[in-house]
Amino acid sequence: MTNFAIELNGISKSFGPVQANKDIDLAVEAGTIHGIVGENGAGKSTLMSILYGFYVPDEGSINVFGEPLEFNSSQKAIEAGIGMVHQHFMLGEPFSVLENIILGAEGNFLLGGAMSKAREALLQLSERYGLSVDPDAIVGTLPVGVQQRVEILKALYRGAKVLILDEPTGVLTPQEADALFDILRALKEQGTTILLITHKLQEIMNVTDSVSVIRRGEMVGHRETAQTSPEELAELMVGRKVLLEVDKAPAQPKEVALSVKGLDYTDERGIQRLSNVSFDVRAGEILGVAGVSGNGQAYLLEVLSGMHAASGGSITVNGSALATTPDLVRSQSIGHVPEDRQHMGLVTAFPAWESGILGFQASALYCNRGAMKTGFIKETMGTLMEKFDVRPPNPLLATAKFSGGNQQKIVLAREIDKAPDILLVGQPTRGVDIGAIEFIHRQIIAMRDAGAAILLVSVELEEVLSLSDRVVAMFDGFCSPDRITAETDERSLGLLMAGEFERTTSTGMAA
Amino acid sequence: MDFIELLISLAQSTLRFTPILIFAAMAGVFSERAGIVDIGLEGKLLIGAFVSATVAHYVGFGLAGMLAAMGACIVFGWLHGLATITFRGDHVISGLAINFLAVGLTKTVGHALFAKGGDTPNLGGPDSTGWERLQGLIPKQVWLDVAPGLSENPLLLNILSIHGWLIILAFVAVIGTWWVLMQTRFGLRLRFVGEEPQAIDTAGASVIAYRYAAVTIAGALCGIGGAYLSTSNIASFTPGMSADMGYLALAAVIFGKWRPFQAMLGCLLFGFLFAVKDRLDGASEGILTQIPSQFFEALPYILVVVVLAGFVGTARAPKAVGRPYVKERE
Repeated sequence: MTNFAIELNGISKSFGPVQANKDIDLAVEAGTIHGIVGENGAGKSTLMSILYGFYVPDEGSINVFGEPLEFNSSQKAIEAGIGMVHQHFMLGEPFSVLENIILGAEGNFLLGGAMSKAREALLQLSERYGLSVDPDAIVGTLPVGVQQRVEILKALYRGAKVLILDEPTGVLTPQEADALFDILRALKEQGTTILLITHKLQEIMNVTDSVSVIRRGEMVGHRETAQTSPEELAELMVGRKVLLEVDKAPAQPKEVALSVKGLDYTDERGIQRLSNVSFDVRAGEILGVAGVSGNGQAYLLEVLSGMHAASGGSITVNGSALATTPDLVRSQSIGHVPEDRQHMGLVTAFPAWESGILGFQASALYCNRGAMKTGFIKETMGTLMEKFDVRPPNPLLATAKFSGGNQQKIVLAREIDKAPDILLVGQPTRGVDIGAIEFIHRQIIAMRDAGAAILLVSVELEEVLSLSDRVVAMFDGFCSPDRITAETDERSLGLLMAGEFERTTSTGMAA
Repeated sequence: MDFIELLISLAQSTLRFTPILIFAAMAGVFSERAGIVDIGLEGKLLIGAFVSATVAHYVGFGLAGMLAAMGACIVFGWLHGLATITFRGDHVISGLAINFLAVGLTKTVGHALFAKGGDTPNLGGPDSTGWERLQGLIPKQVWLDVAPGLSENPLLLNILSIHGWLIILAFVAVIGTWWVLMQTRFGLRLRFVGEEPQAIDTAGASVIAYRYAAVTIAGALCGIGGAYLSTSNIASFTPGMSADMGYLALAAVIFGKWRPFQAMLGCLLFGFLFAVKDRLDGASEGILTQIPSQFFEALPYILVVVVLAGFVGTARAPKAVGRPYVKERE
């Protein structure tokens, strides 16, 4: 009989109308590294928070080493031997490493004893697993990779036999990530069971023994890592949706409107997010960007829309260089439908007529020497909302009151109405119902036929394949060469999404 | 005018003002370190001063006044806790409400009780036995009545009936605050609650319980501060006598970057500014008489702004201060 460290049976959890986890079963063998993959928002973190006693599931049960686990008590989970390294560290930054480690396990009322005991234990743990950390260092001054070590040590100090790591490499440099994997392997050698949650397939292939795939809150497959491939996992993660028929005439591409060459972007923490990205988008065509989320697509949109400055390479818009602020970029006739409409596309607390002019609030169309033309705006918005089938077409209603699909239509109406030469679209149908999806797709096609150059970023493979005329895939910040969509299929695109293309950095190094 | 004499009188004056600030500042350190913005320090000082003077008048026993003041301030602390911790309301609004309430309530109740426009009756001069006031802990005569043998040990008797013992207690409170925060499990968790409450939750302790503990301690300290104000420093309550010292104490907390000893230095500095103000304001000759007294009245407050703006550097507040703790999303 196999010895299971963790068994989840039929776990379900909803937050209001959102079903985060649906009837999830999972068994993890003791002493192995088990990966859980899924896209952002697929429900991985919720599942782990349930396991750690942070949320109570609506249904289901959990066994830890054969013993049933009581819910809604992190204390009980800790006692059962579960330790968790959260995606956002639960560390007090102005406190020392020791203080962070003993928190919740201080023993006596006075700290003195606990501190010296922890110092001793820390030394032993460091030697055993090669986790060296200065116990008196202030956590906030440590590099992120070392902070993560503190989190791991914190769990081990509490006697964790099962260690859950939630997206551990999201904040790490590649070198730090490699060091982390060495630590995980050492922990496994010593008998610790590890649950690794991630959306990066390469990590799964590198370090795990077995893997489970979660999609939209449901477990869709369990595999032995040795017997699966990144392509298969990518397909499982993204899934096949009901094929949506999109009527469209062949594209009539004209001159190049947006040209990206050797684009690099390094974020403020020094992590390289985009590497040597090159592509052209012509007027009158849709270029699709496929890829598992988190492979640089978000940064690409943010750089192209002027929110971040590129670190290298060139971006040319209708023959001139891309402007440096979102405002100026807009005046270059570039529209942007951001990936995250709730946070970047709209102000949900504002009425629709205000959300409907975001980014254009200072334009002479809506604003007369600093005074908003409120009457005119409301009237225009009413008409526009009718035209874009926003339901209800009431510009006075708070943006938050509209459904996801209708919110997206408000954003699209705002951007498309200005008839930009170039439209950047991120995840146009995320969280949107079927009816609205069709409508949105038709609008994007109509834009193309009217002669706009469209860059469509989507994690929905089906969407990219059915809408775009040419397609590229992104992997780990790199961008694949383009394919004609009509001449490609899911399988070959899946290979590109898994990084099966030649990747060279802008300095000419092979990645 | 002898320079040494001036210094001594300024030091004495500083010591008279500072304890109020210190008690309130330590209350502020406890609250803010646990993530509670405590702008209601001002109101609690006023409540404490009123309750202490009133109860001391009726009971004839300064210590009873102080204990009652502590109790009253704890209740107002809980009120703040109810609004901010339990109902996740805005900390500043709740604190301001307490301040307004304190101003109105003390004056109204005071007038209803004593019909002196809100003032409470005088408890007696500084040279009285001290029984009615907090000036002396418990007067010599009372000790001797209880334990006549003490007369053979004048040193112990002097210590037991020491004058100005609350001034000493204020500095003890600073050490105590430091010790509790930095050397005990309770303090470590309290500091985490104000910084990274989720860490407390994942460690299996209650954020709510620690925040209530913090407002309780803060209430007790404000009570002592208020009692000092009306029954030790002066012998009666007058409306509005806290004179924004609660806000100054909060400024001292920020000046001290939420650390007890540094906050105490801030209190001493602000106390000194008040002493200087009193000194300059009372000048009867020379160039100083040419300057309007309003200028001296305003001087400490202006200097507080200058000090906070210019000399503190980047003060980093506890990260979770003013934020309600919500465990589950949606």
